[in-house]
Amino acid sequence: MEKFTNLKSIPSYLSLQNIDTDMIIPKQFLKTIKRTGLGKSLFYEMRYDENGKIKEDFILNKDPYNKSRILLAGKNFGCGSSREHAPWALSDFGIKCVVSSSFADIFYNNCFKNGILPIKIGEQIVVELSEYSKRKEEIEIDLETQEIKYGNKISKFEIDLFKKKCLMEGLDDIALSLDKISQIDNFEKKIKENSPWLSRND
Amino acid sequence: MSKTLYDKIWENHLVHQQDDGTCLIYVDRHLVHEVTSPQAFEGLRLQNRKVRRPELTLAVPDHNVPTTDRSKGIDDDESRIQVETLRNNCKEFGVELFDVNDKRQGIVHIIGPEQGFTQPGTVIVCGDSHTATHGAFGSLAFGIGTSEVEHVLATQTLIQKKSKNLRINVNGDLPKGVTAKDVILKIIGTIGTAGGTGYVIEFAGDVIKSLSMEERMTICNMTIEAGARAGLIAPDEKTFEYLKGKTMSPKGDNWKKALEFWKTLYSDKDCKFDKEVNIEGKDIEPLVTWGTSPQDVSPITGVVPDPANEKNEDRKMAMERSLEYMGLKANTKISDIKIDKIFIGSCTNGRIEDLRLAADLLKGKKISSNVSAMVVPGSGLVKEQAEKEGIDKIFKDAGFEWREPGCSMCLGMNPDQLKPKERCASTSNRNFEGRQGRGGRTHLVSPGMAIAAAIKGHLTDVRKI
Ligand code: SF4
Repeated sequence: MEKFTNLKSIPSYLSLQNIDTDMIIPKQFLKTIKRTGLGKSLFYEMRYDENGKIKEDFILNKDPYNKSRILLAGKNFGCGSSREHAPWALSDFGIKCVVSSSFADIFYNNCFKNGILPIKIGEQIVVELSEYSKRKEEIEIDLETQEIKYGNKISKFEIDLFKKKCLMEGLDDIALSLDKISQIDNFEKKIKENSPWLSRND
Repeated sequence: MSKTLYDKIWENHLVHQQDDGTCLIYVDRHLVHEVTSPQAFEGLRLQNRKVRRPELTLAVPDHNVPTTDRSKGIDDDESRIQVETLRNNCKEFGVELFDVNDKRQGIVHIIGPEQGFTQPGTVIVCGDSHTATHGAFGSLAFGIGTSEVEHVLATQTLIQKKSKNLRINVNGDLPKGVTAKDVILKIIGTIGTAGGTGYVIEFAGDVIKSLSMEERMTICNMTIEAGARAGLIAPDEKTFEYLKGKTMSPKGDNWKKALEFWKTLYSDKDCKFDKEVNIEGKDIEPLVTWGTSPQDVSPITGVVPDPANEKNEDRKMAMERSLEYMGLKANTKISDIKIDKIFIGSCTNGRIEDLRLAADLLKGKKISSNVSAMVVPGSGLVKEQAEKEGIDKIFKDAGFEWREPGCSMCLGMNPDQLKPKERCASTSNRNFEGRQGRGGRTHLVSPGMAIAAAIKGHLTDVRKI
């Protein structure tokens, strides 16, 4: 996985609450068997009209927001379906950090597996940051120090330390877990003895 | 120390715990469908990894499959490729597959319980948010992303942090005409779509106890719409009865051992929940959603709410946007809302009991001339059972289309979709913008309410049918 490094960007702002994964990437794009190429379909129904023509007034279609690497959004971002196509689409579009006052659980986890940093922070700060979006000014994300820097202000954010480490070092989860293979072996032995009905060798 | 049901299952599955609380937990059962798995199998291939315990995974194509005649295969190239990819992956990695023309094929969350693959006290995952359904059996069941699917395939474990405990008690009993779907809509309407974030919910109380297994599945199914990681219900005699004799349920001596263990699966009497919510069964009415979030619920006797009365600015904006999308005016009587389409099916309400209840109400009646209606049984076995009971005939005689099993118009990945501005009374679980087709308008309802709307052509109180 790509390592997460510091980010500086003019953020895009979607004030809408409860942005669900159906909005982030609608079903017709879930038919792919690849992880790549979804960026052009990100927020498809907001970005294009019924005839597939680009809607010039949608924020992500406008310069400089079409190059944003940071997305600010209303609360409960990423709710709904577990589709990892949502972070794949965001990442393919170029967005590496989403800031909201709350995230849906599965989406939140999926971000980390794809080099995207979801930042949970007070609603008031999201609103403050949105001013930078409107004024087309950059803000900076420093994962190491867990800080968002804007103007002469700094806001600290919380993040799980293990997740932070994986993101910063671009670690492969599966390799990490396979390091614990002897523990998994032992666990399976225990199941076989204590819960024989769970093995499916019927 | 006294423990909640969730605590017990969690501890039972702990393979390893880091100092920072990050855990590796064991996965007993893994379900796979065609949409969220191709990239996971591809990842294994790229890294030269195997599936650790292929026999603990069960696969089925459900999202993309056509619900009309399947003998000619799938027309849509991408859908066909996805289903073929699943078939090839299962073959290559040794995973059992219920293929398109297998009569056991169906929606992934319907076939698990139907086969006895779903069992109490287990950890069950699937690359699908409605995995929560299986929690009805007292299993810890939740949706995961595709990277996690790959992780489970490779290691039979998952990296997780423990959630908090939330108990929702639904007390007393339910008025006539009120069903499990109304109960879960009421819960979501009460705590909101983010109300369960960070929690595993245990559903308890007399109402929950009185529900059948199928109704319990309807409740747990929509836990995700309340934002929780998982929802569960302590197993009891009904659970054991349901599982007894199912194809993949334990047999003989193993059944006895399993049963003995399953009986220990409950929250201890004096255990502490991080949060508790109480809801009185008698206060629940037949509900419908008016907006584009599952929390936007109203009793069928109510009116479309007015954003002008909303104090929170963001919420007001969200409501206005919803109403515009839904083509509704504030203060319209809910029962005046005209319907174009009826969809009965999905992992929320596509089981045999749902179809029985619906057919009972429909018997001898016809659907209104302004609606078109379809029933999509949740699985091939549900369909077969319904046909045995003559339920298909009741539907067809009334003017419904009787389809092949799958997800169908719950999300419209196959040709079953709403057209822009078409309005649907649907027994599915999500009313998001565009969910059932671009511009389509979804009202979530129970199967009974879907039938009432089908007969009258507008949203209608099922108690008046
Ligand atoms: S029926 Fe709907 S909610 Fe259930 S698995 Fe299929 S698409 Fe998902």
